[in-house]
Amino acid sequence: MDLCSFFLSFSGGQPHKRRRTSEPIEIEDRLESLICRVGEKSTSSLESNLEGLAGVLEADLPNYKNKILRILCAVARLLPEKLTVYTTLVGLLNARNYNFGGEFVEAMIRQLKETLKNNLYNEAVYLVRFLSDLVNCHVIAAPSMVAMFENFISVTQEEDVPQVRSDWFVYVVLSCLPWVGKELYEKKDVEMDRLLSQIEGYLKRRVKTHVPMLQVWTAEKPHPQEEYLDCLWAQIQKLKKDRWQERHILRPYIAFDSVLCEALQHNLPPFTPPGHMPDAQYPMPRVIFRMFDYTDAPEGPVMPGSHSVERFVIEENLHCIIKTHWKERKTCAAQLLSYPGKNKIPLNYHIVELAQATEMLYMRLDTMNTTCIDRLINWFSHHLSNFQFRWSWDDWSDCLTVDLEKPKPKFVKEVLEKSMRLSYHQRIVDIVPPTFSALIPAEPLFIYKYEDESASSLPGYAVTVTVGNAIKNRASNEEILTILKEVPNPNQEDDDDEGESFNPLKIEVFLQTLLHLAAKSFSHSFSALGKFHEILKTLTDSDEGKLHILKVVYEVWRNHPQMIAVLVDKMIRTQVVDCAAVANWLFSQDMAHEFTRLFIWEILHSTIRKMNKHVQKIQKELEEAKDKLEKQQHKRVSLFMDKNSEDEEGQLEEQIERLQEKVESAQSEQKNLFLVIFQRFIMLLTEHLVRCETGSVDISTPWYKNCIERLQQIFLMHHVTIQQYMGTLENLLFTAELDHHILAVYQQFCALQL
Amino acid sequence: MSAKLNALNSDSYIDVSQYRDQHFKGNRYEQEKLLKQSNTLYVGNLSFYTTEEQVHELFSKSGDVKRIIIGLDKVKKTACGFCFVEYYTRADAEHAMRFINGTRLDDRIIRTDWDAGFKEGRQYGRGKSGGQVSTKILSLCKRLFIS
Repeated sequence: MDLCSFFLSFSGGQPHKRRRTSEPIEIEDRLESLICRVGEKSTSSLESNLEGLAGVLEADLPNYKNKILRILCAVARLLPEKLTVYTTLVGLLNARNYNFGGEFVEAMIRQLKETLKNNLYNEAVYLVRFLSDLVNCHVIAAPSMVAMFENFISVTQEEDVPQVRSDWFVYVVLSCLPWVGKELYEKKDVEMDRLLSQIEGYLKRRVKTHVPMLQVWTAEKPHPQEEYLDCLWAQIQKLKKDRWQERHILRPYIAFDSVLCEALQHNLPPFTPPGHMPDAQYPMPRVIFRMFDYTDAPEGPVMPGSHSVERFVIEENLHCIIKTHWKERKTCAAQLLSYPGKNKIPLNYHIVELAQATEMLYMRLDTMNTTCIDRLINWFSHHLSNFQFRWSWDDWSDCLTVDLEKPKPKFVKEVLEKSMRLSYHQRIVDIVPPTFSALIPAEPLFIYKYEDESASSLPGYAVTVTVGNAIKNRASNEEILTILKEVPNPNQEDDDDEGESFNPLKIEVFLQTLLHLAAKSFSHSFSALGKFHEILKTLTDSDEGKLHILKVVYEVWRNHPQMIAVLVDKMIRTQVVDCAAVANWLFSQDMAHEFTRLFIWEILHSTIRKMNKHVQKIQKELEEAKDKLEKQQHKRVSLFMDKNSEDEEGQLEEQIERLQEKVESAQSEQKNLFLVIFQRFIMLLTEHLVRCETGSVDISTPWYKNCIERLQQIFLMHHVTIQQYMGTLENLLFTAELDHHILAVYQQFCALQL
Repeated sequence: MSAKLNALNSDSYIDVSQYRDQHFKGNRYEQEKLLKQSNTLYVGNLSFYTTEEQVHELFSKSGDVKRIIIGLDKVKKTACGFCFVEYYTRADAEHAMRFINGTRLDDRIIRTDWDAGFKEGRQYGRGKSGGQVSTKILSLCKRLFIS
């Protein structure tokens, strides 16, 4: 069968106009398309398509061998959910052309080495799994696969390496066993038993300090949240007990057994795991998220238990589908819903049964990690906004009977606040029952201190009127500054000669008036900040000035947290305030009553992200300048050195020096930001712990749970950046003198990459 | 590192549509180039009551929003059902095209499309009475590849 007509069996459409000579590029594209699409919906059976494709590829080997090798290696890496389809294909090719089989195995080993070198550990897992399934297809000899596994497990004997390194090698071996355990045990049971026993020993002595930080719930019921390796080990143990009978994985090679068992097998070359490099980034440990068990899906096919290997295989495949198709949401949904084998499992519960899930998550809010609650709030409010905010709120009226700081009412309050941002205040009033009125957010209106005549006794009132008029009449910055000189400084006995020092009242008078005039929309406020940027910079020249401006913004907009967030963002970007000032403000006594509200943390994390992006931007500029200089120097070597290029080089060197300083200064600012944040956390938490201890009161208040989990969140969300500053953190802040509750968080974080 | 597979690189939600701005100063090639680099989205089928705040909340879900310009009726200077959303990065704008386009804002299914970049004057509707050109006509133009 020729390429064209084979292609047609997939396209299901009209034949293309046949060109006189097919371009090589076209053929490559067609080969790619054919290989990528095999296994998808087709008028013919999978076996027949595989057979046909193997024939086509075999015929094309003389001219397109390298392309075919490249494509097959790529699908092994990028389409892991179709693993067994492609291993069968390779098996058929190997049966027809032994040399090709050997070259493919070599190419895969090369690719495996590359992925490990480049920290692509997830892809490396797929490659090893592919190789192991090739044992089932008679391409690779079982003993050589066992030997590779033995080399992997020997990593557990290495000393002075991070635990996450040996974790990964153990994970790879265990995760291949659902596919190839049976075959390996049939051929090499003694060696396999020894392997499993070594793994068991390793798992027993492994440190699991990191687990509490990663669990979604602090309670073990109804579903224990297991550490991922423990869970996988239990699943493999059970599989072994069931004599490696695994019924879920699709195995097309079984149909070709008579052909494949005639094929000659290849031995994997001895594979030494690359040694540990200091810049290696091994995957971090995980906790398996479970929220459904078989009792939740009473009708239809039975849900596999949490220690059945089917659960592992299904979850792997679903993850792979999402990773492959995330950009195309319709395709992704279709792929998830057409999951092969879906009739044997309650697929809806594996993907998610929305209403039931929401209900279950709500019921378990009391022990849910704060970060997870954040995500639930964001997801749920967004979901509601696509469904006219219809929800059976009365089902949740239990949240009205407890203290509003408890997780359930807090959750509902935040959901309503977010929902209001996507709609408007009256809508929220309309959609909830009147019993929920205590949870409805305030109307997002400006609060102007100098609103009316009753404010006339307040200091500075007169100036608010003058400056307000000046702004409306488009006075210049100088004129406005002159008007503001009239504002008395409550901080000083005698007036400063220039009135230049920090004057909180001046800031208040100007900013309240300005923001009041610009309150209509975000754009109006941004425009105001931009227009009077000079004045704002002058007023906030000191740290106290910066802190006070944030205070005023909060005072006027405290019923509109969304506005506070965007204004703070603008002020950072225009350098009216700096990141550390924002952090200090959020942790200040004035903001203590808002400390557990979601908008506080959104502002803090947004601030940290801006700081990080700023550092990255300058680092990139520095790299680019260095590259330019290098290029310039190469040119100089190969061509004549003339005055122009000498000058250019000099300029570049100067630029690099300047950028170097800029980078150092930015990194210093970044480090300082984290120090401020951690210091503040430590102060707050220590205060609470000491107070509880002296009063003999339980430390576990809702506030405490929130605060300690927020601290964890800082570590987890910005772990890459924080890792650079571990030395300083350990020496200055997270020392042995610290209360063990606080130190535990730091130790859990360190355990993630140990 | 071995290459990607073209067949797997489908990312149809971020493709440039057929619409071209008739008032664009420059040729088709230049306009297309800008569209492919743009960080700005046109957002259509908004309710007349949809606010900048609502747009900001929704579109912030795919990244940091640099600015929003609400489309105005040329005569009445009131909101007339469209706006521009500009992101700091192209990647964030692409996420919006993939995940926010075709979902609801203020109970209406909104539509996003690449825009060559906001210029003063483009915030005004070009419909006959000052509002936005009717959706029916817009989609007809799209189908016939006219702008």
